[in-house]
Amino acid sequence: MDSVFAAIVQAPEDPILGVTVAYNKDQSPVKLNLGVGAYRTEEGKPLVLNVVRKAEQFLVNDQSRVKEYLPILGLAEFNKLSAKLILGDDSPAIQENRVATAQCLSGTGSLRVGAEFLAKHYHERTIYVPQPSWGNHLKVFTMAGLSVKTYSYYDPETRGLNFQGLLEDLGAAPAGAIVLLHACAHNPTGVDPTVEQWEQIRQLIRSKGLLPFFDSAYQGFASGSLDADAQPVRMFVADGGECFIAQSYAKNMGLYGERVGALSIVCKAADVAGRVESQLKLVIRPMYSNPPIHGASIASTILKNSDMYNEWKIELKAMADRIISMRKQLFDALTAKGTPGDWSHIIKQIGMFTFTGLNSDQVAFMTKEYHIYMTSDGRISMAGLSSSTVPHLADAIHAAVTRAS
Amino acid sequence: MAIRRAFSGRIVDRTAVVGARYMSSWWRSVQPAPKDPILGVTEAFLADPNPDKVNVGVGAYRDDNGKPVVLECVREAERRIAGNLNMEYLPMGGSVNMVEETLKLAYGENSELIKDKRIAAVQALSGTGACRLLADFQKRFCPESQIYIPVPTWSNHHNIWRDAQVPQKTYHYYHPESKGLDFAAMIDDIKNAPNGSFFLLHACAHNPTGVDPTEEQWREISHHIKAKGHFAFFDMAYQGFASGDPERDAKSIRIFLEDGHHIGIAQSYAKNMGLYGQRVGCLSVLCEDEKQAVAVKSQLQQLARPMYSNPPVHGALIVSTILGDPDLKKLWLKEVKVMADRIIGMRTALRGNLEKLGSPLSWQHVTNQIGMFCYSGMTPEQVDRLTNEFHIYMTRNGRISMAGVTTGNVEYLANAIHQVTKSA
Repeated sequence: MDSVFAAIVQAPEDPILGVTVAYNKDQSPVKLNLGVGAYRTEEGKPLVLNVVRKAEQFLVNDQSRVKEYLPILGLAEFNKLSAKLILGDDSPAIQENRVATAQCLSGTGSLRVGAEFLAKHYHERTIYVPQPSWGNHLKVFTMAGLSVKTYSYYDPETRGLNFQGLLEDLGAAPAGAIVLLHACAHNPTGVDPTVEQWEQIRQLIRSKGLLPFFDSAYQGFASGSLDADAQPVRMFVADGGECFIAQSYAKNMGLYGERVGALSIVCKAADVAGRVESQLKLVIRPMYSNPPIHGASIASTILKNSDMYNEWKIELKAMADRIISMRKQLFDALTAKGTPGDWSHIIKQIGMFTFTGLNSDQVAFMTKEYHIYMTSDGRISMAGLSSSTVPHLADAIHAAVTRAS
Repeated sequence: MAIRRAFSGRIVDRTAVVGARYMSSWWRSVQPAPKDPILGVTEAFLADPNPDKVNVGVGAYRDDNGKPVVLECVREAERRIAGNLNMEYLPMGGSVNMVEETLKLAYGENSELIKDKRIAAVQALSGTGACRLLADFQKRFCPESQIYIPVPTWSNHHNIWRDAQVPQKTYHYYHPESKGLDFAAMIDDIKNAPNGSFFLLHACAHNPTGVDPTEEQWREISHHIKAKGHFAFFDMAYQGFASGDPERDAKSIRIFLEDGHHIGIAQSYAKNMGLYGQRVGCLSVLCEDEKQAVAVKSQLQQLARPMYSNPPVHGALIVSTILGDPDLKKLWLKEVKVMADRIIGMRTALRGNLEKLGSPLSWQHVTNQIGMFCYSGMTPEQVDRLTNEFHIYMTRNGRISMAGVTTGNVEYLANAIHQVTKSA
């Protein structure tokens, strides 16, 4: 019998995973993988937080725990704690029962469920995404049935924010359009608006009646402070308006493969939130029925126990501090070498990634001559650097900038 | 002039304050969704304070004390993996180890198809996730095709293919008069469907009826599906759980493989390994050759990426730890048989009790049917009476989850059923 799928062609390789594939093939002892979007220690190893191990051990030892299905919307305790984490313990939106929350599969799953809900229940089908953004955003929203447009964001000249362009583009969006906002530590550029700029963005969005959809994948990971990193989201919620929030615990709790996240929809009224919640179930049930229990149980254990919560904050700050230190060290190294150009964006940008401003030729040169692996858009993962490897990277950048064109 | 200035002044003041406070909700017109017919049952059960209440609604296994069970092999696997490994992302296609072991269960331990690498397979979010990936895949690559779904079926099947935007049709399956299989009508529907349609088949322990084709009937079904060039998609959520023997429960699939079909299979570890909330499963598609399998797998991954990026690691680790260790695997097979045997025992007990009570109806089907569910034949009104008068919770299609029946409640249950059906 012929296969019904005989004509299927192979899908293109994922550009980010392709970097790791090439890195793995390289035999050089000085090779460096700066493509990886996962935290690494000074020794270049993946990290499971101590508090996560503790929480997991606690769960394994609890003989009374069972593996029953979670409700469609997930672990209720986890949902409450997640909403508090992003909105603040004393958030009026929570106190007024205006927040509908669903446990979802990390950031991706939260975005997809939110987008499918919008495609079903919202009158506007267009979502505006910053240029550039995480590559998977386009796929997630398109699959969900939304059409994707972009708004200006990154300015290659300054390696910072094109604020005027952003205001113009969002100002020209049709009323009601959805706007994707990276809550902090923009991926891939590391460029975030200032607090003042966020306030202007908020006013523009509210005055035009646009619907904000926050992607919060790095809360606590960017500045080291959970509250500081949540500020943009909280500003929007404080004005009483509605918004969507996708949260991920992949990076800030190191729970990557456990797929832990939450979608929160902040509504104007409690009865609205109740109905929204019921409709979220209809989106989730035909996708995977109910979310996985393990990772959310770990997160919940940590969030509700004040000792563990404090321990987590300390370990989280240590990760953020190490990244900030790598930024400083790289900047200092390039300055010391007198590498031509302004490299201050390395310390101005925030979060896991730096958009170096290097072009694809320079990147190819660095890969070939210095065994540095990174994506061709010039993005490097600071998490892949250590004090011992910074000099090698600085050498490579210096060589690329002074020799290759 | 003065009026215009005053007007615009008011507007400026309004937007300068906040802007959002004066707008109404975007979601005003969102209707409250109907409760899920299956999961809503457990919600109602939990809310009932009556001490005699019985939950025979959702298909999750219970031991003879009515308690959920975590298998010993699972506890041991968790002890081994806790604290040992990192939590890095799995590849988009999931755990390679877990998938390999899972394919052996469905296709055969020494399957040539596995050796020849002809099977495109990815880890999926239990059975639901596997079905949804297949449905999305069907939509993308066979957009003109329809899915044929048996009547009745697990209610979520309809939701899955609807959300994937694949047009659905039904085929005859359950025969209410005999409480068995409507075989002739089923074959007719297979013959009448447009060539190249997709047929959803329950590999064993049909949900909700418990009615499975015999081996001979499976051979005929295979023959007619092949003649029409249809795509056979097996939803296998109960391997091992139906007869107690995983090899026996995979018979329908093996028949189709012998006949040369290029099938698809959704496998779930929710019931047979008790990993319900871990969401562990697998979607596989048999292809013509390795090259095609590589292409198909890459496309399945492209569908997973915008849904959840990569699947959860914990449950997959449990599965591969158990299936990769001969002693743990043996323990698992023993524990699956215990569960299946208990269910079979409860079928016998329920039927026996009903007959002892002198029910005017035939309850043969209770022991003829197989797997977790019994399609009792009760009407929605009778089910409502069971709930309202006896605090017995089940879905309104009359489906009884035998896993919820115990030696402690079987008499109470039989009596209640007798009360609502004796004048039927």
